[in-house]
Amino acid sequence: MSAQSTTPTTPEGFRARYLELKKTAEAKLRQRPATAQESNPNPLPKTSIRHEETIPGGWYWTAHLKRGQSLRIVNDFATPGVSFLAWNAADPSERYNAGDTVKIQWHALLTKGKVLFSDMGRVLASITDDSNPVHDALSGGSTAATNAARYGSTATRNTRDNFILAVGKHGLGRRDIPPCVTFFAPVRTDTNGGLTWQDGAIKERDYIDLRAEMDLLVALSNCPHPLCPDPVWAPKPIRAIVWDSLPPGPNDFCRTASDEAVRGFENTDVLF
Amino acid sequence: MSTNFTPVHSPREPATARYDFVIPANQPWSGFIVKGEAFRIIDLEGCQAVDTLFYNAHDFAERYSGQDTLVAQKAAYLSTGSGIMSNEGRLMARITADTSGFHDTSAGACSCEANTVRFGHHTKYMHACRENFLIEVSKHGMTKRDIVGNINFFMNVPIQPDGSIAIADGVSSPGDYVEMVAEMDVLAVISNCPQVNNPCNGFNPTPVRVLIWAADRN
Repeated sequence: MSAQSTTPTTPEGFRARYLELKKTAEAKLRQRPATAQESNPNPLPKTSIRHEETIPGGWYWTAHLKRGQSLRIVNDFATPGVSFLAWNAADPSERYNAGDTVKIQWHALLTKGKVLFSDMGRVLASITDDSNPVHDALSGGSTAATNAARYGSTATRNTRDNFILAVGKHGLGRRDIPPCVTFFAPVRTDTNGGLTWQDGAIKERDYIDLRAEMDLLVALSNCPHPLCPDPVWAPKPIRAIVWDSLPPGPNDFCRTASDEAVRGFENTDVLF
Repeated sequence: MSTNFTPVHSPREPATARYDFVIPANQPWSGFIVKGEAFRIIDLEGCQAVDTLFYNAHDFAERYSGQDTLVAQKAAYLSTGSGIMSNEGRLMARITADTSGFHDTSAGACSCEANTVRFGHHTKYMHACRENFLIEVSKHGMTKRDIVGNINFFMNVPIQPDGSIAIADGVSSPGDYVEMVAEMDVLAVISNCPQVNNPCNGFNPTPVRVLIWAADRN
């Protein structure tokens, strides 16, 4: 029986098992880097597209995604940040959990092959493609306060209020908004723990694909990330494309990316 | 990583505190702290993660936001000088003393469900912080929807420039403490972390002590 399936009885035993889990996860990550996965079609075949919508700079968008459908977010004009949240459509008290997502996968950089975890140990969505891994799972989105500090004006739209509006359209409220992930936001943690913005890292036409692993409510906020140093509030339009992706096979890259992902999908599949 | 940490001590004496309580190992706690009051958490035996949430005492939908806290200080770990921010971008409290450093707010709290994914399905029925949080917030009329990403005082979670993140051995010694002054009336909710599957408690959960001092009169 492997060390992973037995419960130790001493602190030394728990430590040994933790170190083995960490070593296994790191080895798997080296064996299966994001670059090992083929890209999804780009552009998408017209026949696969269910819905396409352009979201103006500063605005939000919210939708239902069916299990197995994918959402492509296209950053045509390199706007600095698109914040994202997802909820289990059948029970929105289950929702994206930022802390679990990064600690379960031993990584704060979400890219192709990684998944978004709910607070219930289940997989909400898989990142099946990502043209440029410059996303921020740690520091969130803008508020009226961060906009006032950065732009000297509270007249600019912000992510906090956008999420209040987005969840409001589903009958939900402020209590339903957890910490978010912000795509196209190149924030890195330096060796002293400082959070720095990588200027020039976002490219025009960057995109990310999220495959729903259960029926979801999703919300996007197209507002600049609060750490983007640009003194002018000038978010650009993005596109949200809902498309029919192929059902994942048994060797699906995201489902088999790590032992943790395998267990997360085992928890998820129980629902269906 | 500890090269740039400077311990800051508090002049407050435990004997003058208006509240003094030892939270047993593995247990939850909550208490109200009035604006201007000082709140200290002492890691009595060292290397004990203290999962902590704050709520606006008059509007629980305004609550601690780790993400806004990180943005406000442009840094990943909390210590003296850190402003504890709400989801409305307002200052809830400020850390005024810290003898240990490197407090995490990115890795969240353990749960039975996440434990199954991280450590194996056989770890589901082990006590966890979100069990503590659920019990404690329920005393104040709240539910799972009200539990968000928390502060992990005395939990060491280095984040590398390449994004890799892991819970490492704690850096706090017996008696280390962190102290903050409330900038609004808050409800503090704590889970004295019961996790033994990773190093956050030195694989041996221990008690912590909380103290509250009335606001300075001048």
